[in-house]
Amino acid sequence: MKKLFSILLALSAFIAVSVPAQAQEAAASLDARVNEAFASFTGPFVSFIFAPIPGTAFPWIVMWLVIGATVFTIYFAAVQFRFFGHAIGLVKGDYSDPEDAGEVSHFQALATALSGTVGLGNIAGVAVAVGIGGPGATFWMILAGLLGMASKFTECTLGVKYRNEYPDGTVSGGPMYYISKGFNELGLPGGKILAVLFSVFCILGALGGGNMFQANQAHAQITQITGDYPGWITGIIFAAVVFAVIVGGIKSIAKVTEKVVPFMGVMYVGAALIVLIVNFDMIGWAFGQIFAGAFTGLGVAGGFVGALIQGFKRAAFSNEAGVGSAAIAHSAVKTKEPITEGFVSLLEPLIDTVVICTMTALVIIISQQLIVDQATGNYMLNEAGTAIATVDGNSGVALTSAAFGSAISWFPFVLAIAVILFAFSTMISWSYYGLKAWTYLFGEGKTTELVFKIIFCIFIVIGAAASLGPVIDFSDAAIFAMAVVNIFCLYFLMKVVRKELNSYSARLSSGEIKKFSH
Amino acid sequence: MKLVIGLDGHGSGEHALAFAKELAAKTTDCELIVVYVIEWSPFSFQTPEENAERHKRREEEIAVAMDRVVNPAVASLTEAGFSARAIVRHGDVAETIDNIAHKEGASQIIVARASAGGLTSRLFGSSTANLVMNARVPVTVVA
Repeated sequence: MKKLFSILLALSAFIAVSVPAQAQEAAASLDARVNEAFASFTGPFVSFIFAPIPGTAFPWIVMWLVIGATVFTIYFAAVQFRFFGHAIGLVKGDYSDPEDAGEVSHFQALATALSGTVGLGNIAGVAVAVGIGGPGATFWMILAGLLGMASKFTECTLGVKYRNEYPDGTVSGGPMYYISKGFNELGLPGGKILAVLFSVFCILGALGGGNMFQANQAHAQITQITGDYPGWITGIIFAAVVFAVIVGGIKSIAKVTEKVVPFMGVMYVGAALIVLIVNFDMIGWAFGQIFAGAFTGLGVAGGFVGALIQGFKRAAFSNEAGVGSAAIAHSAVKTKEPITEGFVSLLEPLIDTVVICTMTALVIIISQQLIVDQATGNYMLNEAGTAIATVDGNSGVALTSAAFGSAISWFPFVLAIAVILFAFSTMISWSYYGLKAWTYLFGEGKTTELVFKIIFCIFIVIGAAASLGPVIDFSDAAIFAMAVVNIFCLYFLMKVVRKELNSYSARLSSGEIKKFSH
Repeated sequence: MKLVIGLDGHGSGEHALAFAKELAAKTTDCELIVVYVIEWSPFSFQTPEENAERHKRREEEIAVAMDRVVNPAVASLTEAGFSARAIVRHGDVAETIDNIAHKEGASQIIVARASAGGLTSRLFGSSTANLVMNARVPVTVVA
């Protein structure tokens, strides 16, 4: 294995340093061919997922997510606000039995799940939302984040409740397990089929949003600094490193990433805060733009509906509430009360979307990268009329980078490193989510696992080579397809969660569940 | 009377055990609690795969600590005619030993002199030093 890895690494290094000009041209056309083939192959799936509700421009999938989050919020009587303080207490370890020390703590489960979600969605995704939907998209993004907390709570509680615990002490959990086991327990038909369907979409989601989108944006970010070169080179290097971790079992790389990523996250928020503090006089104006844009659109394509769609879409893509991925990450925690993991998980959309995404949006708005028509006060569209015109014609992660760069000149370099690390840690997390879905379908075993891991690495190369449009469409479609199955099943299973919630809150108020004195 | 003996798996623990034996021999009805703490923080960062395997690893770590450190110590104490039992726990070393001693109502904690040196202990202090500074139960540090 080590030998294979070193050959791969040597090969990628060789390609990176020795590609002559004419080969680069050929490579660029290879990129174009990959892109074309990819777009035509994924087109029908993407069009189905984003089909508008008849007679409107509103994609049904966005409505599906919002209705789901709203239903869970109402059904659990605003659990995200009622148990917010309790969730903080759980993460701090106030309710952890010292005798269970050494098991996965609530904090660790939360941090692991967050490192899978905090990343490009917060940097590039927000830029896409604000770039197309205008500042108003931020308002809808925050609202979706707040509602999404209830979806996350529901799925993560079920994830722990119905996980598989194997005799060797390891665990596997996630929607595929709670769908099949939960439906079985309630005497409902079709659990197994739905679980299989979810697993298929989860694999596509892992290859799309959890992989290709990451590779694509990491490449875009690197070329910002190094100048343009073919995407497949970045793809091969990334694939080699990911291969080393997930196949070669080189845990040290993953360990370093897991330690650096939280640090990067804190630094990102810190830098955003600095930009906001320096421009504190504009914060009021920025929020004004956010509110005005939320209901009028301020001239963006599709008006306020366009802002709303972008906000909801990018929030869901960033925090993955209702998608089911977090349920896989959270199911490893050792707790006697599955619902406690639900409480902890509801903090995720808050940190990810309400705090970090909003920060990115504010920085982009305040840095005035979006061009305003001075006569009308509305935003000007680009030539194609698809997005707001920006100062340097940037979109995605380049827009965020330019926004930060306008205030802190050296920050784009730090951001580039952050993007690469975020992309890498998200890939590692999603390789695990995809693998769990894969082993659910094909059984656990070294060979089946290896097949998936190799496919995963190949998709990194494709993702880095394809252009942003088709990649982002496929990534969104695949991740939202997971939510179609997951939320449908959550409607049937939510009564199980309510039973847990009622029992737990009764014991909490009677004093039966109390803090441990350490 | 209860005595808590904190071991760290190094040779110096023998001195702590010998001291505890001496002390226990002077009183009647003394229970010796041998404690070994596996350094661990609930606030570290892990990959999903590490989390999924965590329970298994924890059991393995406890089994190793029992086999190599704690059981031999308890065996030597019981052979010498003392009443002894073992506790293996994950956590911050100083804090966990203090918590156990406090909860058990122990009258004294006996530990060996810090065995780790170098930069780490200069920066963060050794577990022994932390225990001496923060314990709620009298501590004897055996040289």
